[in-house]
Amino acid sequence: MMKRFVYADNSATTKISDAVFNEMLPWLKEGYGNASSIYALGREAGFAVERARKQVADALGAQPSEIYFTGCGSESDNWAVKGAAHKLAAKGKKHIITTVFEHHAILHTCQALEKEGFEVTYLPVYENGIVRVQDVENAIREDTALVTIMYANNEIGTIQPISQIGALCREKNVWFHTDAVQAVGNVPIDVKEQNIDMLSLSGHKIHAPKGIGVLYMKKGIVIPNLIDGGGQERGRRAGTENVASIVALGKAIELACEDIPGRIAKVSPMRDKIIDALSKIPYSRVNGDRERRLNGNVNMSFIGAEGEALLLSLDLAGICASSGSACTTGSLDPSHVLLAIGLSHEVAHGSLRITINEDNDQADIDHIIQTVPQVVEKLRAMSPMWEDLMKNKKEVKL
Amino acid sequence: MLYSDKVLEHFAAPHNVGELPDADGVGEVGNAKCGDIMKMYIKVDDGKISDVKFKTFGCGAAIATSSIATDMIKGASIEDALKLTNSAVVEALDGLPASKVHCSVLAEQAVKAALADYYRKQGVDPTPIVGEIGECEACHNL
Repeated sequence: MMKRFVYADNSATTKISDAVFNEMLPWLKEGYGNASSIYALGREAGFAVERARKQVADALGAQPSEIYFTGCGSESDNWAVKGAAHKLAAKGKKHIITTVFEHHAILHTCQALEKEGFEVTYLPVYENGIVRVQDVENAIREDTALVTIMYANNEIGTIQPISQIGALCREKNVWFHTDAVQAVGNVPIDVKEQNIDMLSLSGHKIHAPKGIGVLYMKKGIVIPNLIDGGGQERGRRAGTENVASIVALGKAIELACEDIPGRIAKVSPMRDKIIDALSKIPYSRVNGDRERRLNGNVNMSFIGAEGEALLLSLDLAGICASSGSACTTGSLDPSHVLLAIGLSHEVAHGSLRITINEDNDQADIDHIIQTVPQVVEKLRAMSPMWEDLMKNKKEVKL
Repeated sequence: MLYSDKVLEHFAAPHNVGELPDADGVGEVGNAKCGDIMKMYIKVDDGKISDVKFKTFGCGAAIATSSIATDMIKGASIEDALKLTNSAVVEALDGLPASKVHCSVLAEQAVKAALADYYRKQGVDPTPIVGEIGECEACHNL
């Protein structure tokens, strides 16, 4: 039997789609002009960049002049948060509000700002992995410069009450940034309606290549330039445009946002099928709210089976997935997200994240549902932790 | 994580997995909090380790280091088993990523803990022979 290959790590990155690839290819070949050049070859590249800017703006309900292309989502996050902090510090506002379970592009940026003397409030996200609007309101002070809260969590897929937070920040006159890297294409976004002042997104999560991102900045939000140099990105983020990747991102976001309800209708039943099937494994739990989560996100813990060992075993069966165990974070601590929703180290070490999308089919789902229980059982059979649990020598709270 | 083929080989089909119900020594090291627990069972005959089994909760490297460490001490004299070092384990696996070296330390300690238990059961104080089995440094920093 041919070994089945199932890519189920779409929150890590996605495959470049054929439509996106075909769109970008000419700009790697014959369309190699510099978008700033005056002759036709350059002008065409310039027009292509502006078309992509409009595609991004349309997908977000923004104006093209509010879209800035960057190198990645992390760059957008850094620029937004550091830029807002530095801009508003001059007005005596040196307080930032975020959550404990942001992506490290936000968390480490906030920590860097703390070293500079900024004060950061890290809001809890409770057992369901969702921040409470009331907590945001309570945390806002006279000197609060920025609220930055992710749209959807990258590990457990929980969707945050962005519209309510946006309305609150508008009312309180505080800038609001959201890292929407995981959300774009999975939830309808309208930056105007939702009172979002700044938004980060990344191309490679929506079938564009790696190395291209966007920061949306509402008209009127002025922060220090990220890269001083030429006049690219209206002088705020200089550097010759990555034309092919910008074109790819434009096409990718257009495709990602053209039928979000259709994607949810197709993918979420597959997600639920996986969750329901794997929940039958004893001593397992679902991490994060079951309803308010991304359509393709499965995050579960299986006590007594370690996450990295799960991933390697799944890889042997042709399945690509990820985990929040310490062994996969490169440190000895398991994922900060899983700890933030109250998991013990023991339970967090046994976590598995499966992120599917519209490229997956029922056969993929069946392969996952068949393989995961076998792998968990195999690892538990050789696990002294599981042995202790079965002999009632150990208690673990799920 | 860039594992060597040897690590992946031992992970995919670990040697000497299981328990020895009539073990002469059992050692358990590590803890669930840091994500690695190794339990090693040894059978001793005529000063030689005649059989060895292990159970491990942990990552790929933890399972591979347990597997190869049991291979390395199986049939060896107690003296030689006591000389097993974590660097010998790393070498036998064609190297380990830096963040995984602590797993090899755990494997060395599991062997020593099993031998210490063997001595204790013989009514011999193991400390002068086996030495102190400290906490793995990595865990210590938690």
